[in-house]
Amino acid sequence: MSSALDQIFVNAKRWLLSWIAGAPDWMIQITSSLINIVALLAVFLTLFALMSVLERKILGRMQNRYGPNRVGPFGLFQPVADGIKMLIKEDIVPARADKVVHFLAPVVLAAVAILTLGVIPYGRNMTVFTIDGGILFFFAVGSATELAVFMAGWASNNKFSMLGAMRAIAQMFSYELPLIITVLPVVMIVGSLMPDSIVFAQGEYTLGIVPRWFVFTPWGAAAFILFFVSGLVESNRTPFDVPEGESEIVAGHMTEYSGFKYATFFMAEYLGMFAVSGLAVTLFLGGWHAPVRVLEFVPSYIWFFAKLSVLLFVYIWLRATLPRTRVDQMMNVAWKFMLPMAFTCVIAAAVWHYAGRGMRGWLWSLFVIVFVYSALSILLDTRRKFARRVYRFAE
Amino acid sequence: MNGAAFILISVLMLAGAFAAATLPNLMHAAFCFVLALLGLASFFFLLGAEFVGLALVFIYIGAVAVLIVFTILLTRRNSNEYHGINWSGVLIAGPVFGGLTWAVLKTQSVSIVPPHIQALTVKQIGQALMIGYVWPLQCVGLLLTAALIGALVLVMEEKR
Repeated sequence: MSSALDQIFVNAKRWLLSWIAGAPDWMIQITSSLINIVALLAVFLTLFALMSVLERKILGRMQNRYGPNRVGPFGLFQPVADGIKMLIKEDIVPARADKVVHFLAPVVLAAVAILTLGVIPYGRNMTVFTIDGGILFFFAVGSATELAVFMAGWASNNKFSMLGAMRAIAQMFSYELPLIITVLPVVMIVGSLMPDSIVFAQGEYTLGIVPRWFVFTPWGAAAFILFFVSGLVESNRTPFDVPEGESEIVAGHMTEYSGFKYATFFMAEYLGMFAVSGLAVTLFLGGWHAPVRVLEFVPSYIWFFAKLSVLLFVYIWLRATLPRTRVDQMMNVAWKFMLPMAFTCVIAAAVWHYAGRGMRGWLWSLFVIVFVYSALSILLDTRRKFARRVYRFAE
Repeated sequence: MNGAAFILISVLMLAGAFAAATLPNLMHAAFCFVLALLGLASFFFLLGAEFVGLALVFIYIGAVAVLIVFTILLTRRNSNEYHGINWSGVLIAGPVFGGLTWAVLKTQSVSIVPPHIQALTVKQIGQALMIGYVWPLQCVGLLLTAALIGALVLVMEEKR
């Protein structure tokens, strides 16, 4: 019974494919891919709509006010109203803009975000496309985001847009390094770049109670935090929304966009956020595995989306709580703290592996991480009073 | 189906490469170059060499293309100016094209149907790099680190 419920979507797809059983091979392949794509888009565009209204509701709750509550019950139809508004707005393209590139930028950005969603296992046998180097695919395709943002900034022919694009590329490049290096320990321990086998490796329980998720090892916990912060930067979310910086450069690379193109940027940003959170769940939080053996009868995809929503809630929570960081401080943290700590995670994982993956390895890898962390804090002198800021180009 | 995909990708890639070589606006040329690289990566995917294709996308579209675009942005004031045909470029490109065509035409293996080859997994590539070719890998790593430090030294601010 439970396994039937677990595999309900897989079986539904099989049933749909059985309709065209006699068709040639290529037709079945294409139909199968199309079903996957439609399912992925339907789920994540719905999640995007839900997220946009929930974010405003939660932000409102945290700032002691009501969120949107006029459209439909509890304001739940707000995304529909927003969508209609965005669609009927005038689409303004600046006269001196590069028309084609200006149009292509949001399309490329959204396409990249959707592609990266494809390699994440959403449940047992529920990966949209399984390839050997899934993790590599995620980062390879994700690295095209920078180019898309640059296209937007350059094609708009606007100083604000260009500045925003420059900032975005600078911060994305700086934080892509810790983001990728914190994935390395997991890949090292599992010995595979395939997301499905990484999830399988986290399926067991120590002593029958504690799940073997990588976040419960010292190196995994450190890598998870670093990965999450880097992911926050990659998706340009609030403590790190320097590229947009409304109070300084209007809206960064999105300044010259209006109507549905602006909405596409917004959508791409949210889809990117889902992708990074989904990868974090896959790598560190055990993917679609249940936290306790007793609860394994609950379908796997429910666990995945439960974990995903917890991470998304943290995203919203941080947005409501933290102010925007300064550009130079952010870059300093990336190169002086995040990068050395990311390398430390790799070493700590190796220590954990060679000390037998048991209690001894656990303590040794904790020691490595704590040692490097304290050494870094002393070296970087975090207690020092911040020096007066010196302006070199602007008085 | 593979034949259709091959033709589609070839047309896309050749169009991208031709546009990259001929477009007067350098920034457009750079974007078309990215399109050509994407076609190249798709060829590797079509041949079942996923890892090479992904590495190509990762390095060339993720890093080199952004580098090119920034170089254009930071060096040229008037990138729309047309300078005429660069003859020294033609002098190099002609023999290279001729040589490659000759090599392709002389190659026999294109027309022979190969025996069933197992697709390379990422694990096999990793083992080859880490066991068989570990010294070349380390040497390349050292070279790149030296280049990185050299670049840092070049741009370092002088103490006043």
